[in-house]
Amino acid sequence: MSRLEKKHPLAIRWFHWINFPLLAVMIWSGILIYWAWPAYAPVKLEQTTWRALHVNNRLAEGMALHFFFMWLFGVNGVLYVLYVLISGEWRKAKTKFNRMQRLAYLAIVLMGAGSLLSGLAIYKPVQFSWLAWLMGGYQGARFVHFWLTVGYVAFFLVHVAQVVRAGWNNFRAMIIGVEVVND
Amino acid sequence: MTDLDVQKELKRLTRRGFLTAAVAAGAGYAGWKWLRTRPRVEGAEWPLRRMLEANETLARAYFSPDRLSPRFEREDITRARINGRLGLQSPLDLDAWRLHIHGAALTLDDLRQFPRRTMITELRCIEGWSTIVEWSGVALADVMARFGPPQLPRYLSMETPDRGYYVGLDIESALHPQTLLAFEMNGAPLPMLHGAPLRLAIPVKYGIKNIKRIGTIRYTDVRPADFWGERGYDWYAGH
Repeated sequence: MSRLEKKHPLAIRWFHWINFPLLAVMIWSGILIYWAWPAYAPVKLEQTTWRALHVNNRLAEGMALHFFFMWLFGVNGVLYVLYVLISGEWRKAKTKFNRMQRLAYLAIVLMGAGSLLSGLAIYKPVQFSWLAWLMGGYQGARFVHFWLTVGYVAFFLVHVAQVVRAGWNNFRAMIIGVEVVND
Repeated sequence: MTDLDVQKELKRLTRRGFLTAAVAAGAGYAGWKWLRTRPRVEGAEWPLRRMLEANETLARAYFSPDRLSPRFEREDITRARINGRLGLQSPLDLDAWRLHIHGAALTLDDLRQFPRRTMITELRCIEGWSTIVEWSGVALADVMARFGPPQLPRYLSMETPDRGYYVGLDIESALHPQTLLAFEMNGAPLPMLHGAPLRLAIPVKYGIKNIKRIGTIRYTDVRPADFWGERGYDWYAGH
């Protein structure tokens, strides 16, 4: 006998899929900003990347996009966290995910908060100098902001690999909300 | 429910779910395309420009002259970096140089009559790098109190003698206690490429607003032109 089991509530599916393009735009515009002064890459890589991705001399564009989409990214993230807490959905994590998954999903939410805070410290390093100070100063905040983003990319790769491995039934549940369970 | 019913229900939910997803993805893509094809205002698509201005309104509401840029020690000073020669290319006779402000033409000695200020702060370039610099000069607020209208307007504009570079400033940032008209850098007179004889040191702004070789300061209620603000950057560029 097979049956349909509710897996992901509608709200969580929307938060998840809205976050995907928003994070992509934040990372892309962040790359445009980063390559104005690529502090963490050797010069050789710098020039190759410029040519391959056409990311040179696009700082103004990157900043304008970043400071537009940051609001959408931040609001979506905050609403997601509020929803998960208020609806009690977080309690179900124990039944839905294994230990490693729970750890990874908690980490990604904390990383999101870290990105917002380190971003604010870079954006307004005088008005929020205490925040920059907590991260080791202005350059420290930039360091945190950058490596958190590398963390997202790493998470994304593992996440997609896991979804592929888990199969269609699992992926479909993230879109339609229910999963087929064979008893 | 029989297996057949389950299959039917699954089919229905799948169709509905993926249709919604396709519509949402299409709407998102159309929204992005719309955004990126809007007419530009000073180099940025107008919705992006509007958002920069909305962010500015918020930042100006939160801004406080009591919040200071972190101060550093002498041993923290880093190698100065020359970045940008805009407005410095034309020849300059240092003896003939004057600061034009509110009808007056001041020499460096005139400016030295104001209380001397020294600070070691971080100069943050909009590109991302930063340096620690010791600036000495006089507070812009002090000069404005003496050479300025009793009722200060909303903005200030500064330009190089050849107008090759110009910046616009909101009045609050101009009055910030760490905003200096600097004539010395790291304990020595300003080198030419760092803006001799007089430059702005304004740590509540990105480096782009720290204009070198100031020729004229103007008061205005009309938002003044800003070299990089006209080229797609945030006009406010404030920290």
